[in-house]
Amino acid sequence: MIELQNIAIDAGDFSLRNLSFEVADGQYAMLMGRTGRGKTTILETICGLRKPSAGKILVDQVDVTDWSPGDRQIGYVPQDLALFPTFTVRGHIEFALRLRRWSAADIQERAAEMAEVLDITHLLDRSITGLSGGESQRVALGRALSFRPSVLLLDEPLSALDDATRNEMQELLRDVKTKTGVTTLHVTHSHEEADALADIRLTLDDGVLS
Amino acid sequence: MPPLSSASPSGQPPRRQRSDNLFFLVMSGISACFVLLIVLLLAADMMSTSWTDFRDALRKPEIQSAFKLTLISCTVAAVLSLWVATPLGYLLSRYKFPGRWMVDTLVDIPIVLPPLVLGLSLLILFHLPIFGWRLEDWLRDTVGFPVTYRWPAVILAQFSVACAFAVRTMRVTFDQISPRAEDVARTLGCTRSQAFLQIAIPQAWRGMIAAFTIAWARALGEFGPILVFAGSTRMKTEVLSTTVFLELSIGQLDAAVAVSLLMVAMAVVVLLILRMLGTGLSA
Repeated sequence: MIELQNIAIDAGDFSLRNLSFEVADGQYAMLMGRTGRGKTTILETICGLRKPSAGKILVDQVDVTDWSPGDRQIGYVPQDLALFPTFTVRGHIEFALRLRRWSAADIQERAAEMAEVLDITHLLDRSITGLSGGESQRVALGRALSFRPSVLLLDEPLSALDDATRNEMQELLRDVKTKTGVTTLHVTHSHEEADALADIRLTLDDGVLS
Repeated sequence: MPPLSSASPSGQPPRRQRSDNLFFLVMSGISACFVLLIVLLLAADMMSTSWTDFRDALRKPEIQSAFKLTLISCTVAAVLSLWVATPLGYLLSRYKFPGRWMVDTLVDIPIVLPPLVLGLSLLILFHLPIFGWRLEDWLRDTVGFPVTYRWPAVILAQFSVACAFAVRTMRVTFDQISPRAEDVARTLGCTRSQAFLQIAIPQAWRGMIAAFTIAWARALGEFGPILVFAGSTRMKTEVLSTTVFLELSIGQLDAAVAVSLLMVAMAVVVLLILRMLGTGLSA
C-alpha cells in the first residue's frame, strides 16, 4: 500500500501542495496529467530521491518519509531507465539481490524466474549496449521487481516505444500485475494506457489531484 | 538565357560550386606552426647530443639514482593523487554543499601558483613556529620521519601540484557520468557509498587512468617546488628535472640534453598510454 498525506514538494520553480492519495494493496493506479505537472517529482519523492517539504509517505502503513531510498523496498523504473552501463542484463537483475545477501543459488533461481516472466532469458549474459527500447524496458522492470518489492513505481514506461512494442509491454505489465500482485503507481499521459491497465486513476492538474 | 550563378527572377538562390580549400589551408597552416615548433624542439635536442653522450650520461650513478627516484616518486605521487582526487572530484561533481565554490577555487591554486612559491609555502608550513611547535621538528623527533630536504619532500612537492590536476580530471569525469544510475541503485538498496563504489567507480575507470597519467606526467615535470622544499642533493633528493638543472649548472650540457631526451621519452610513453586507453585523446 502507498499512502501520501498532505505532501508538499518544492522543486525549483514549481511546487505541489497538500497532495494526498492512497493506493491499496495490489491495486494498479495510474497517475495522469500533462507533461511538466510534477508527476515524476511525485514518484521521486515516494522512492526517496527527493525530500518533501511537508507531509508523510507511508508504505505498507510504515512512515518512511525520512528513510533513505535503499531502505524503503520500492521498485522504481524511471523514464530514462538509467540502466547501469558496466553491467550485463543478468547483473541488473541480480544487483538488488546481492545487496540483500541472498545465497548464490537463490539469486540464480530468481534471475532465471524473472528472465522467464520478462522473456529476456536469451539476453541474460549480454551487455546493455545494443538492446532495443523494449528489451531495455524489460531489463529495467526486471531490476526493479527482482527483490519482490511491495510497491512498484513506473515513470511513463511505454512512452518511448513503437506501437507493436507498446502493446507487448502493456500485456507484460498486465501479466506482472496478475502474477506478482505488486501495488503499482504508473505515471502516464495516455488515456489508452489507463484504459488498458488502471484499477484507479489519479489526475494531476495545476498541482491539484483529483 | 541568364547565367546559372545569378539569382533567378523567381527569387531562387544562385547555384554555384564553392570550395573549402581556403578553410583547410588557414586552419592547417595555423595548427602546423605549433606542431612544427614541438618537432623542431625535439629535433634540436637530438641533434645536440650523440648516442655515445646519451649512453655515457645514463651510465652515471647519480643519473641512474635520479632516474629511480623519479620513477618511484612520480608513481607514489600519482597513486596518492588518485586516492584524493576520486572522492574529492566526486563530491565536487555530485553535491552542492556550503563553501563548494571555495573548495573548487582552492583546489585550483596549486595549478596557478608559481612553482617556486608553492615550494616556499611548503617549506614555511613545515618550519613555521606555532607557540614553539614546528611540524618538521615534531615529524623528526616524535614520529621519526623527517620530511624537508629528504625524499618524502620530493613526493609531497610533486603531489601538491599533480593532485590538483587529478582532481580537475576526476571532476570532469564524474560530471560526464549521469547520476541517474546511482539514484536508481539507491532505490534498489544501495547506500550512497555502495552506489559510489559499485556504480560510479566502474564507469569512471577511464577517467581514473587519465587522472593517474596526468598526475604522473605533472610529477615528472615538477622542478621548482622540489628545488626549494627537497633541495637537489645528488643521490638523495635528485630527480631527473633537477638533474637537468644540476648538469647545466656545472656546464655539462651534453648530460643535461641526454637527461632531457630521457624525460621526453618518458613523457611520450605516458602520452601513448593515455591515447591507447582512449581517454579523450584518441583519434
